[in-house]
Amino acid sequence: MKRRWNIQIWLGFLIVLAAPVTYVAIFIRYPVTRDFPWATLLIFALGLALIARGLVRARREPALYRGRIAAPVIMTLGIAILAFFSYNIFIVTRQLPASKGAPQVGQKAPDFTLPDKDGNQVSLSSLLGSGTNSALLIFYRGYW
Amino acid sequence: MRIIAISVDPPETNRELCRAQGYTFPFLSDTNAAVIRRYGLAHENAGPGGSVISRPAEFLLDATGTVRWVNLTDSFTVRARPEDVLKLVDTLKLATPPANPGAPTGAVAVPPGS
Repeated sequence: MKRRWNIQIWLGFLIVLAAPVTYVAIFIRYPVTRDFPWATLLIFALGLALIARGLVRARREPALYRGRIAAPVIMTLGIAILAFFSYNIFIVTRQLPASKGAPQVGQKAPDFTLPDKDGNQVSLSSLLGSGTNSALLIFYRGYW
Repeated sequence: MRIIAISVDPPETNRELCRAQGYTFPFLSDTNAAVIRRYGLAHENAGPGGSVISRPAEFLLDATGTVRWVNLTDSFTVRARPEDVLKLVDTLKLATPPANPGAPTGAVAVPPGS
């Protein structure tokens, strides 16, 4: 008897691959799915669950389904991709230095003068307009 | 209320970014990270070629330049959300200029987003 192609393994693997791809392409743009990547973790869970079902099927009914060798390999690969993603999202992004000496609430923000996008020198005090404007000061990593 | 952005990017990069994104608020270039260091925000060896860049941070300053709120994130993917900052601006009454010292602050209705 010809054994059936164990589609759950491969479908699950495709879903696992889609998890980091959709995170970078879509979910990273929205704070709700970026700050904690629940949507991506759900996609991972779905993919790994499918692979697991395929794995169980291949072991229980080896006469009926293929994938006795492929399933554990794909499962290991899927878990490795999840581990790599989690390492980057939960550990690498948090490797920020302590902000020693950052101005604290109640302290005066140090004045500075820097060039704007047109090369004009602009100072914080001039932007505050001698006490007429409040300000939101955003420091960002830059696009290099 | 002023929005001021600062990074190590040179003015050309900022010009390109502002043009592409339609940003109209000032983008300032701290190419040698002097201000970033002064604000205690240097992230050494994190930029291209092991250069120093800024760790993400947001400060709300009142009109006297005093820090009223600061956000030093633990993760560079997690930043202050615009709606939360707007709420803080309301709570701290930062949108109202202190034009009339002695007058009760927040007495003037300011449309949101101004």
